[in-house]
Amino acid sequence: MTKNFAVLKNARLCRRDDIPILDIDNWRNSIVDMCKSHEGRIVSLFGNMKKGGGARLYSILGIDSKGELRIAATDVVGNAYNSITNDLVQAHLFEREIFENIGVEPTGHPWLKPVRKSSGYNYYSLEGDSIHEVAVGPVHAGVIEPGHFRFQCHGEKVFNLEIHLGYQRRGVENMMISAKPSSRRVLAESVAGDSVIANGLAYCHAVEGLGSREVTQRARVIRAISLELERIANHVGDLGAIANDVGFLPAASYFGRIRAEFLNLLLELTGNRFGRSLLRPGGVAFDIDPDMVEKFKLRITRGVSDAVDTAELMFSNPSVVARLEKTGIVTHDQAKEIGMVGVAARASGLERDARRNYPAGMYRFKEIVIAKCSSGDVFARTRVRYIEIKKSADLILELLGKMPAEKIYHPIEALDKSSVVVSIIEGWRGEIVHAAMTNENGEISFYKIVDPSFHNWTGLELALRNGQISDFPLCNKSFNLSYAGYDL
Amino acid sequence: MFRILRTRIKQGHQTLAFPPKKEMPERFRGLPKVYPEKCDNCQLCTKVCPTNAISLSPLTLDLGKCVFCEECVSSCPTKAVEYSKTLWMSAGKRDDLLLDGKELKLAEALNEKTRKLFNRSLMLRVVTAGSCNGCEMELNAIGNIQFDISRFGVQIVASPRHADGLIVTGPVTDNMKLALEKTYAAVANPKIVIAVGACAISGGPFENSSCANKGAGSIVPVDLYIPGCPPHPLTIMGGILRMLGRISANGNRQVSKV
Repeated sequence: MTKNFAVLKNARLCRRDDIPILDIDNWRNSIVDMCKSHEGRIVSLFGNMKKGGGARLYSILGIDSKGELRIAATDVVGNAYNSITNDLVQAHLFEREIFENIGVEPTGHPWLKPVRKSSGYNYYSLEGDSIHEVAVGPVHAGVIEPGHFRFQCHGEKVFNLEIHLGYQRRGVENMMISAKPSSRRVLAESVAGDSVIANGLAYCHAVEGLGSREVTQRARVIRAISLELERIANHVGDLGAIANDVGFLPAASYFGRIRAEFLNLLLELTGNRFGRSLLRPGGVAFDIDPDMVEKFKLRITRGVSDAVDTAELMFSNPSVVARLEKTGIVTHDQAKEIGMVGVAARASGLERDARRNYPAGMYRFKEIVIAKCSSGDVFARTRVRYIEIKKSADLILELLGKMPAEKIYHPIEALDKSSVVVSIIEGWRGEIVHAAMTNENGEISFYKIVDPSFHNWTGLELALRNGQISDFPLCNKSFNLSYAGYDL
Repeated sequence: MFRILRTRIKQGHQTLAFPPKKEMPERFRGLPKVYPEKCDNCQLCTKVCPTNAISLSPLTLDLGKCVFCEECVSSCPTKAVEYSKTLWMSAGKRDDLLLDGKELKLAEALNEKTRKLFNRSLMLRVVTAGSCNGCEMELNAIGNIQFDISRFGVQIVASPRHADGLIVTGPVTDNMKLALEKTYAAVANPKIVIAVGACAISGGPFENSSCANKGAGSIVPVDLYIPGCPPHPLTIMGGILRMLGRISANGNRQVSKV
């Protein structure tokens, strides 16, 4: 059955004509079969309208253990098809998105609620004598993005948490099509402002793939260094936020400052604390000068040493660990069923890291060891971050010593016609997927983004189930998902 | 406990002086400088500017739209645009953000009556309305031990009912318009509104979005504009403190007379 799907490589071009168009039952059954019996999962599932009318649905599946990506499409007859979700839970949000974006209805979908609309929707509610409901947001108490959370509680116990988003909806995907190239780069960097490098890189790989161009090894190394700096800075910030939420204030303050050390390295390299304007299709805009290499080595070593000291202080404190352990558990099976990715998936024991499974750019030359835990609780999500901080620092130190003398930028003139590229980057939060298509004139005619948060918000809902409502801030920080990345 | 103290000693004192004593790094992109007399109207910059922040004859750069990228600087053959390392660029009026070669008119202190109320204690509530989370991270940073804006009596509070004003980020998406209006209404008078970042000032990269507005000013009256993408924490602090009359014309701190 799997031979119906075409094999795809991360960030490599595929002709639109080479994508198999299956009949809808075969397409649907193949997805279910590959995900259930062959260790596959949905990387992206989207639809668009064909020129002559009618919708075409595309599915991109990933088989992590083999490092293979598969793609196939189907044409929807009429305006509905038999929903996949009943057989494969991880499709639930993708199918709702397809319905909301292009109006094709997955018939029999268990709960076809809006994905990014702020009104006209009734929340799930429980009834009973002592049941009460807590509504939070969109404007929150902290400085965070807007989203709405509905808790159905009995005393402190949470029976159900429902997360409703869409407040950050800016329409990035549509704007990516009409915008000029320099604006596209800025839009990609603004999908999620905490993942500037990861989203920027996913966009650059997509355009380079469509232009069938490679960048120099020096550019690849600089890109990887900045991606790992972004990872360390955000992980350190998250450790601080978790420390703050358990009331361990020394670690909270120190991590806040240590995070800035890594942001300031990005500032030295790119002129911006989040690395904006570094990446462009064809290479990078800023080089790492020889005197910077030594400075970076020194500051990274010092920064990581401070982070390790503070993390050890935190992990050696029994009351901190007691608060983190067994809070907000997402089991291995749950994580697999809902298709979780990134840090949260690895904390539940899944070996999912796009740098290892679907390597592109510099990661083709360097095998990454996946950091994972098995308990699936807040502790595991904290611990995975800590391990990754150390591993990323080692990687940067290694890369700084391996920079070939080359140009860092070659412009990309034209994109191939009628082609598709799927570009996957493992950002600090998890895998970011950009899928781009060109039309017969070589212009970008379709753009689809999947943020790791799109997979993982459901994980946060599950983590709270039967927990205490007071566990919510801690669970939320341990996932630290993006609202803007989900809402697009 | 011993371990906590040992780590505390090793970490040392980390709060930065304000205004900072150290210069910003070489590549830092601060306040742009424009030289209209050098411009020969070749239009290369207007073609590449991602947010259409530049207009020609005469050369004008709208700091409220600028996302501080490299495009205009690297495309200009006559070097009519360049970045300085200046951190101070907040303005009190939208029109003051149009850079035309003359000196930028920085934000002025609030009128005496309002300043008397706020200059030693200003409580602010943040409303994110379509921002990418970049400005949020810098707004969180101004509260950390490094920047520590609370030493000036400025704090971010959890409810608009506790606040003297709002900080708005993002272009104000259609889905957040109502929430912003309600939050604004919940703040007691007199109140101030601060727009942080290109999106909140003009819509920034999302100016032409079909599901967002053109910044905070399109929904509520704005008292202070802090440009950037995102603005550096020190730029945010500088803007707020200048509005409170806590910074003199030469950029130094001053002890308030009020």
